[in-house]
Amino acid sequence: MLIDRRLLIHFDWPLLGLVLLIASVGLINLYSNTVSMEAVGTPAYLKQFSWLLIGLAVMVTIASVEYRHYSDFAYFAYGAAILSLILVWAFGMTTSGAQRWIRIGTFSFQPSEFCKISLILALAKIFRRPPSREGYSLRELFLPFLLLLLPTLLILKQPDLGTAIILFMIFLSVLLFVKVRWSSWFIMVAAGGLILPLLWTFLKEYQKRRILTFLNPDLDPLGAGYHVIQSKIAVGSGGILGKGLMQGTQCKLGFLPEQQTDFIFSAFAEEWGLIGGLALLALYGLLIWWGLRIAVQAKDRFGAILSFGVTAMLFWHVFINIGMVLGIMPVAGIPLPLLSYGGSFLVSTLMGVGILLNVSMRRYLF
Amino acid sequence: MVELNAQKLEDFKGRYKLFLTILVLAFVILVIRLWQLEVVRGTELLRLSENNRIRLRETRAERGMLLDHNGEILAHNRPYFEVSLVPEDVKGSPEVLPLVGEILKMDPDEIEEKLRHVKRRPPFQPVKVKTDIDWTEVAILESNRVYLPGVITEVRSTRAYNYGSLAAHLIGYIGEVDENDLKKTNGGSYRMGSTIGKYGVESQWEDDLKGMDGGRQIEVDALGREMKPLRSVEPYPGNNLYLTLDLGLQRAAEEAYQDKNGALVAMDPKTGRVLAMVSKPAFDPSLFAGNISSEEWKALQGNPFHPLQNKCTQGLYPPGSTFKIITAIAGLESGLLTPKTAFPCVGTYFYGNRNFRCWKEGGHGTIDLHRALVTSCDIYFYQAGLKVGVDRIAKYASEFGLGKKTGVPFPHEKSGIVPSTSWKMNTYGVPWYSGETLSFAVGQGYVNVTPIQLARMISAVANGGTLFLPQVVEKVESTSGKVLRQYSPVEVGTVEVSQATLDFMRSALRGVLHEPGGTAAGSALKEVEMAGKTGTAQVIKLAKDFKRGDMNRMPLKFRDHAWFVAYAPVVDPQIAVAVLVEHGGFGASAAAPIAKKVMARYFGIDSPPPMKEMEIEEPDAPEGD
Repeated sequence: MLIDRRLLIHFDWPLLGLVLLIASVGLINLYSNTVSMEAVGTPAYLKQFSWLLIGLAVMVTIASVEYRHYSDFAYFAYGAAILSLILVWAFGMTTSGAQRWIRIGTFSFQPSEFCKISLILALAKIFRRPPSREGYSLRELFLPFLLLLLPTLLILKQPDLGTAIILFMIFLSVLLFVKVRWSSWFIMVAAGGLILPLLWTFLKEYQKRRILTFLNPDLDPLGAGYHVIQSKIAVGSGGILGKGLMQGTQCKLGFLPEQQTDFIFSAFAEEWGLIGGLALLALYGLLIWWGLRIAVQAKDRFGAILSFGVTAMLFWHVFINIGMVLGIMPVAGIPLPLLSYGGSFLVSTLMGVGILLNVSMRRYLF
Repeated sequence: MVELNAQKLEDFKGRYKLFLTILVLAFVILVIRLWQLEVVRGTELLRLSENNRIRLRETRAERGMLLDHNGEILAHNRPYFEVSLVPEDVKGSPEVLPLVGEILKMDPDEIEEKLRHVKRRPPFQPVKVKTDIDWTEVAILESNRVYLPGVITEVRSTRAYNYGSLAAHLIGYIGEVDENDLKKTNGGSYRMGSTIGKYGVESQWEDDLKGMDGGRQIEVDALGREMKPLRSVEPYPGNNLYLTLDLGLQRAAEEAYQDKNGALVAMDPKTGRVLAMVSKPAFDPSLFAGNISSEEWKALQGNPFHPLQNKCTQGLYPPGSTFKIITAIAGLESGLLTPKTAFPCVGTYFYGNRNFRCWKEGGHGTIDLHRALVTSCDIYFYQAGLKVGVDRIAKYASEFGLGKKTGVPFPHEKSGIVPSTSWKMNTYGVPWYSGETLSFAVGQGYVNVTPIQLARMISAVANGGTLFLPQVVEKVESTSGKVLRQYSPVEVGTVEVSQATLDFMRSALRGVLHEPGGTAAGSALKEVEMAGKTGTAQVIKLAKDFKRGDMNRMPLKFRDHAWFVAYAPVVDPQIAVAVLVEHGGFGASAAAPIAKKVMARYFGIDSPPPMKEMEIEEPDAPEGD
């Protein structure tokens, strides 16, 4: 428990500082981009601030319970996440064509966000048992694969392509991290090559369009192509020094789609320019590198895989989101950690950070 | 375990370098891209962002036309001019609004109000100010273009229905998409402000009719004028629909109704194609294409005669004596009745503890089945019904498609009720009383049908027992005239009826029009032989005790509904109709003449327009209840 002096000594202050720094940048950016809007009710940055406080409380709670206990209820958490996804499917709220939300009173949340954390927990628990010398065999990968497939299908049904992609990337990264036989890799890649065309037919028309548009934005100059172009204009018009706080015209005038969520980075880059963009990238790079170090320095497999999973989650969110905003990744609807507006996502990100802190401060303990 | 763990952890350490490399590589890519956009292309993109020059302009697709069976245009698109303003562009020049107001004869304050009124508008999206402006206004606006930055005149098109409210319930209408439509067409190409079919064929064939909207990404100058097109998507026009409807027949039918309310379905008995579909009162579908005012909407909604309901598919009425066709067929097919079966009628029939009446006070005397159908004798059918039994009648009623949806492609079709002993037990938890069989045998009591069900029933009698899916669209054609889809007749059921029964029914139903004493003798055509059956659907029980002469003095809402079902010619039938006149009183006097006019039109033997006196000259045809 936290009372243990040694834990306080080993507490990962740099990690916490880094996260608070990025979150502050996020709040300032959100304020800058939403304050002039004629909003009804609580302004977005204030809502986000209260979510940040909630998220930090959750983070501290998660960090304080010794993480090895988490393996006891990893499957329980996973089951709860699946159940909440089924609830979304059955009674969920629909906003702009996707059914992603569960509403309890005035409070609504996105179970798919917490699904990422619970998948990481479940994978860490499974891979806690080390493989034979050659690595995991295909048979041993069957259950983990099932653990991935179930939530992915439910989330694709919503439809939320972005989160499904993140789940898949987390899974793939964890497989790279734990040892998998070369023969298993070969078969999986071959099977993937066969299944991918099949998966294509499962995608909704607009999702196909988005992927095709990514490959060739001219395909949909009135939809996604327009979004990407406006996003690139926003980033590019920032120049080296940026237009300055609250001066971003692209965002202010609503040319940017989803400027508070998925395209928040273009709003940031428009106002802060290359300097700000590079600084923010550096902060994210530092955060992910720190997470990677925590993973390899962990004292047991469970902690290592757990923290690696969280790190992978952060990495893919940052890389795909910023890549999308800069026009080199598909418009898949993946938000930017600690910057994008959205309570569930902020809390789930901070849950991940809580896990990192937890593993980090117990690296000398046992 | 710990040692093993520690050993295995070495694997992770070995991977650190790999992952670090991936991480660095990924971030280098992002940094390069960021550099490329903000430094290399920075000036160019800054120029684009200044004044926000890139705009989207929508190019709406032309909606497909609706044509009748013969290619007469029923619904098409009428072009008109619309003036919109881009508020952002107007802001800089205060002299624009008064000038526009002067040209359009509008108060500048009113225009300003409109600009301010639009919520959640993407920037630089034009706001509609006035629609359907005339040519001179367009000319003045265009010649003053230089002084009017941000003013846009555009040709748009609106839905026009050439024949007003004609076949309004079948054709339907279009309107602006609402939240519900957007939800339903999740991921579709609809935006706020686009139009969508809301009712009837316009709604059910929306996918064919709508086409694909196009649009242009354009660069504009400071005055909002188009500088150069960047990219564009051409709109793709919607497909044209040929309906099964026959315009001439539809008009004749609607005219025959005059100011009466009710429903009519005319069908080709050999295909199930709907030749005419009338539901009265109707509405003007073009009301919905523009912005319907709330008063107009309330007036339609509040109208006690339900103009917005398609009575052909949604109106439920007892079939009355038209149901005697079913009772007769059930009896003949089960062998419980034969053409020779005779029952006495003395005007009243005592059963249980109740007196059942025949519509004819003195009674019909002892008659056989043929005469009973021709004269629509109630007391004959009370006794016949008791002999045949409720469940046998119910079986044939169901086989002829009563009490279930016909599958006509309109939503909210009603199924109606065909009662039976088990139905009653399941619904009310009490057994069937044999007294109820008497009402059932003459189409009263629990039994409830829609006009389209009766049209299909009489079609099946005409064609020898085949039930077709009622169809309203014949084919779908692209604008270039290529046939994309052809709807062929779909059989959905057959009733096993012997040739002897069919022959008997044909002769009896012919007698209704062509024999002395036939209930619809006054509505026969000289040129073409018809077969038919009148019917009167009770609105309230009380009506039964009213003497016939009292009916006209009753308040309208308590008067009975008049039915007539018919087909022609008797040999090789080509058309079948079901006519319902709400609160029309007796089937023979109210409904049969309408069927006569429709038939006359169909066979091209229209009599000169009927004069008022003609109604009186017709023999006061008798009618069963």
